[in-house]
Amino acid sequence: MFRHRLLPLLLILPELVVVGLFFIWPSMRALAEAFQESNAFGLGSRFAGLANFRSTLNHTYVQAIEVTAIFTVLTTVIAMALGLFVAVQVEQTGRARPIYRTLFTWTYAVPGAIAGALWLFLFEPRIGPGSRLLAGLGVHWNFALSGPQALGLVIGLTVWQQAAYDFVFFSAGLQGVSDRVLEAARIDGVGAVSRFWRIVMPLLGPTVVFVAVMDVLAALFQSFAVIDIVTQGGPGGSTTTLVYALYRDGFQNGDVGMAGAETLLLFVLAAILLAVQFRVLNRRAHYR
Amino acid sequence: MTRSRFAAASRHGGLIVLAVLFALPLYLAFVVASHSAADLLRGVPIAPGARLGANLRTVFSSSVPGTPSLRTMLVNSAIMAFGIAIFKLALSVPAAYAVSFFRFPGRMLMFWIIFATLMMPIEVRFFPTYEVTADLGLLNTQTGLILPLVASATAVFLLRQFFRAFPLELADAALLDGIGPIRFLTSTVLPLARPILAAIFVLEFIYGWNQYLWPLLITSAPNKVTVVMGIKQIISAAQSFSVPQWDLVMAISLVALVPPVVLIVAMQRWFVRGLTAGID
Repeated sequence: MFRHRLLPLLLILPELVVVGLFFIWPSMRALAEAFQESNAFGLGSRFAGLANFRSTLNHTYVQAIEVTAIFTVLTTVIAMALGLFVAVQVEQTGRARPIYRTLFTWTYAVPGAIAGALWLFLFEPRIGPGSRLLAGLGVHWNFALSGPQALGLVIGLTVWQQAAYDFVFFSAGLQGVSDRVLEAARIDGVGAVSRFWRIVMPLLGPTVVFVAVMDVLAALFQSFAVIDIVTQGGPGGSTTTLVYALYRDGFQNGDVGMAGAETLLLFVLAAILLAVQFRVLNRRAHYR
Repeated sequence: MTRSRFAAASRHGGLIVLAVLFALPLYLAFVVASHSAADLLRGVPIAPGARLGANLRTVFSSSVPGTPSLRTMLVNSAIMAFGIAIFKLALSVPAAYAVSFFRFPGRMLMFWIIFATLMMPIEVRFFPTYEVTADLGLLNTQTGLILPLVASATAVFLLRQFFRAFPLELADAALLDGIGPIRFLTSTVLPLARPILAAIFVLEFIYGWNQYLWPLLITSAPNKVTVVMGIKQIISAAQSFSVPQWDLVMAISLVALVPPVVLIVAMQRWFVRGLTAGID
């Protein structure tokens, strides 16, 4: 350990300046705006108490909370199940393993907006091959008119990318499960299903929690591009998530106070997830 | 023996079917990009056509009418992605070095301030960050595009994890030899940290290239549009034709997804290491 006093502060200063300017200052500002009300011309503002928070309790914002909850739970559960299933299968393949790893990882690198463009065409109601397939199966497909179909499309698209992320982490986690333990259990006559639930899953526990938190974070916050490309939050708000609602209220409707209140709510959500994550990381450190 | 061989064969079969399903949207984009728009009206062909080259030439020379030039958008995307990756490393390496190798008053406080930023992605704080960026006069600038996205400590966190496992005796030996901290950083620490630096670069480049929301807010000038955010205008312009120009949209989509996807496939080891370094 070096014992200089000034040098480390100088080394850390650039990072602190950027974090201060673009992280701490905006956070303080959101805090202030959440409790202020500006007049119609945006010229003056006054203390508004909880008025901004009360105005978020309207029908459309409550709907956005419901949509976000459904979207988050479904994408997280499906992406995790798929990612874990594929990781377990790939782990048991021999020489082809690196090829499978590549085949199930690449979708994560596709930019969300471009993934949106691909899927938008795939399920374009008139000429999209996915729509024609569904029409052949007797499904009346038009996600521009049907809320559940629009939400299903956005969920499918998000799972396509997020399952790859989960696959990477579950594959890494499975590396840590000792082959010798599994082999010993097999010789003792423990079946494949019991081996998975009794040995692999407990050892994978911290990875499962970590992946779940990261998936929830991604679903809560990083779905904007996909939604803006494919559905613009519609039809009738059926794919408007909390982040999309904040974009609409803050930028399209220009309601600074409400945007401040909504930002604070997102901060609280993220802080809760951060706390969960931190506990998991700490517990994980104890294992070693 | 035959039973386990059957199990292995069905496992491969299942995985191949899944991999094909995963690849289907990309394959169809390729098929569409290699036909003319009119070919698609009767349904998407199964096999690729012969017009990929022609469509690529069209989008590179004239783009879709009413949208920014593809070259400009690609250059903007590259500046943003390289800018974010380079700035991230330039800021986080000294910061992580300071909190890992120095004992100084306020060290833990510094670390906690940085750590607090860890899980607040730009999507959480975009509204007030936009206001601050506007107040600083950084709308429609590369600085405004890059710096707010660099303001998170993911890289500091990854580097600290790496530095924690670093033998501190090396630092003590350097002290005894009269080697100063800066020379120790450049001559010993950085060469050993090359794998984690590569991992951070790959992660941050992909992160920067794939940004959508932030460039959408910060840039209004057509010559500042990145290709990922530009795709929305391109789609709506292409759909305004009597025959929707999906062939051109897909050609541009392919061009836009090649850099991050090729990077992830080519550098998969670094990417996986960087992604999972935080937890194992």
